[in-house]
Amino acid sequence: MRAAIVVFPGSNRDSDVARALRLAGAEVVKVWHADTELPSGTDLAVLPGGFSYGDYLRCGAIAGRAPAMDAVRAHAARGGLVLGICNGFQILCESGLLPGVLMRNVNRRFICHRQTLRVERNDTRFTSAYAAGQVIDVCVAHGEGNYFADPETLARIEGEGRVAFRYCDATGALTVDANRNGSINAIAGIYSEQRNVLGMMPHPENFVEGLIGGTDGHGLFRSLAA
Amino acid sequence: MKARIIVTLKTGVLDPQGKAIEAALKSFGIDSVGGVRQGKVFDLDVEAADRAAAEATLKSACDKLLANTVVENYTIEIA
Repeated sequence: MRAAIVVFPGSNRDSDVARALRLAGAEVVKVWHADTELPSGTDLAVLPGGFSYGDYLRCGAIAGRAPAMDAVRAHAARGGLVLGICNGFQILCESGLLPGVLMRNVNRRFICHRQTLRVERNDTRFTSAYAAGQVIDVCVAHGEGNYFADPETLARIEGEGRVAFRYCDATGALTVDANRNGSINAIAGIYSEQRNVLGMMPHPENFVEGLIGGTDGHGLFRSLAA
Repeated sequence: MKARIIVTLKTGVLDPQGKAIEAALKSFGIDSVGGVRQGKVFDLDVEAADRAAAEATLKSACDKLLANTVVENYTIEIA
């Protein structure tokens, strides 16, 4: 597995996701946002968390149109894997690689806490190390994570089984309290039509080592490196 | 040519910032206001042969970057 992490001005979780990928056995290189190509042999393009371009205009809006995103778009069109975490998910929505948009959290607060997620399916390149319906314990840290899509788009995403993760309580129940940013249908992450692109607000890379407090995020990187 | 672009949230899209602003206004005793929605204004100069060309350029700017048409509408005013 060769992973290319695209670094934008204001990205700040690139080293964390690099570490998580290396722990899973992947080979990792970083790519600057102004680069027009991904390194040859790239299997996975990663858009890390952070505050690209200072969240100016809209979160992910300017990064979504950076030169490197043309290369990411071409990679995705060839069936290459793309993972966007947090700001990376916002960038994927702004770039048109994923439908919908991430709006301001419904409680108007930057939320930063441990979060349980329900893994909706495990027959994808991102989730094979998990069980379908498994509840995993990771983290969230964002101000704009309130997923929104118009009713037709939402019906298509749900109908095609493209929801990757939903915010849930420890038992896997989708409660209002568990969905603190107010996302429609408690959506925490979605796939593209071909399921080769995944965008998610929570940070699996935070929990890949027991020393830090949890390892439930490691399964995502193990799935990718498998 | 001088132009102004106004970007607003579509009807029905939740606006937590607008709600917070409305609550703050009411806390100042300005309680006859309601339905506050926050938007964005862009003032810019555009070089174009005529108004139609300017409008076409600005429409492209809005669709490509200035507005996210999933949740936002825009209007273009050319001075």
